[in-house]
Amino acid sequence: MRAPLENELRSIQVDIIRMGTLIEKTIEDTINALVNRDLNLAQTIAANDDQFDQMELEIENKCIYLIARQQPVASDLRKIFSVVKIVTDLERIADHCQDISKLTIDLAKKEYVKPLVDIPKMAKQVKDMVRMTIDCYIDQDVEKSKAVCASDDIVDDFFKVIVDDLELVMKQKPDEVKQCMDFMMIAKYLERMADHATNVAEWVIYSVEGTHFEGNNS
Amino acid sequence: MSQLYDNKTVYDVRDLNLWYGNDQALKNINMKINKNEVTAIIGPSGCGKSTFIKTLNRMIENIPSVRTEGEILYHGINIFDKIMRVEELRTRVGMVFQKPNPFPKSIYENVLYGPKIHGVKDKASLEEILETSLKSAALWDEVKDRLHDNAYGLSGGQQQRLCIARALAVQPDVILMDEPTSALDPIATAKIEELIDSLKADYSISIVTHSMQQAGRISDKTAFFLMGELVEFGNTEVIFSNPRDKRTEDYITGRFG
Repeated sequence: MRAPLENELRSIQVDIIRMGTLIEKTIEDTINALVNRDLNLAQTIAANDDQFDQMELEIENKCIYLIARQQPVASDLRKIFSVVKIVTDLERIADHCQDISKLTIDLAKKEYVKPLVDIPKMAKQVKDMVRMTIDCYIDQDVEKSKAVCASDDIVDDFFKVIVDDLELVMKQKPDEVKQCMDFMMIAKYLERMADHATNVAEWVIYSVEGTHFEGNNS
Repeated sequence: MSQLYDNKTVYDVRDLNLWYGNDQALKNINMKINKNEVTAIIGPSGCGKSTFIKTLNRMIENIPSVRTEGEILYHGINIFDKIMRVEELRTRVGMVFQKPNPFPKSIYENVLYGPKIHGVKDKASLEEILETSLKSAALWDEVKDRLHDNAYGLSGGQQQRLCIARALAVQPDVILMDEPTSALDPIATAKIEELIDSLKADYSISIVTHSMQQAGRISDKTAFFLMGELVEFGNTEVIFSNPRDKRTEDYITGRFG
């Protein structure tokens, strides 16, 4: 009687991969909209966030039905529990894309105080991390997951640099404080997205090894 | 023996080997069973789990071809030792079986059979034992008005609880159960499981079960037997969430057999 359990686990895995891939694409769109002050794209991203909430709900439902019907234990149970945790983190990452796009809608109306340099770099790093965590999930790769957790430091360093920069700009151009604050929020959202990606990697480790990895929680 | 009863360990099984004729049924078993804990024994058919619990009260010796090696310390005393009286051991270590097996007598006679042969004669004492045992087995309310009816008139679940009451009546310290709910419906099963959970406060319970979910629900420790070996023994939550041995994982997740 393992066939129904394994089929359903596979179907959930496909759902997670699809959701992860879509999120990767959304991060890319989010940052393109910001860099290019693309109002339409930003509006589309903000409007499409519902699809991720829907995906989260569907995956959670599949998990709860699977638990109810199959009473999984050991690695099966860890796999399902990890999916429930991972899907929450993925949905949060998508939420932050929406948050950034909402700010973009405002920001795009006028010239930026300075050309965006570090934020696009930071966003690319975040996108790469998310892609790697999805790979880790697909391959159930513990070593790669640990590498993802470690790479969170790179994103944290970007965040510090950006905050320092913005502080300087705010001092020099007090009239642009509002815009600087928006960019600060965007940097913070990106930093949180990397934390959620780290969480996903940690849940992959739990799923495989049954132990909680003390990753980078800063 | 009584001075050793404070000790947390009830059974300390050391290097136990058992043969039926030339066939080895238990291989080098080492395991401790603690006071006030439920120990679940799981494993596929023929793995030695029933043999193992029947060894704990030396019931296995009813099979003539059985030979054992190693020791089982019960409160520090080897049960195979000459000073251990087997009747005394079986009084202290009660047993409940897969199929309810009440005597073809009244409920009253079933519960008091043991105390009577142990020489309790006083009517008040007997009635106290009757009520306490039936209450502990969560059966009193259902049978108190028909104590002299034949036990065969009870439902399967009630008969099984009567067998538990009968075991409790001689004041044991350990109760061994060999698939006690496999012949019962889910409601009767739930009652027995609740009972096991409440009995844990006063007794140590070892239960053989084929239901993984039951082991997960009711036990503190789980022992996984396979082909006469104790493959893994540990806290139930660990066994069912992150077993160490791949064979345990394969068995509890239904990957083999």
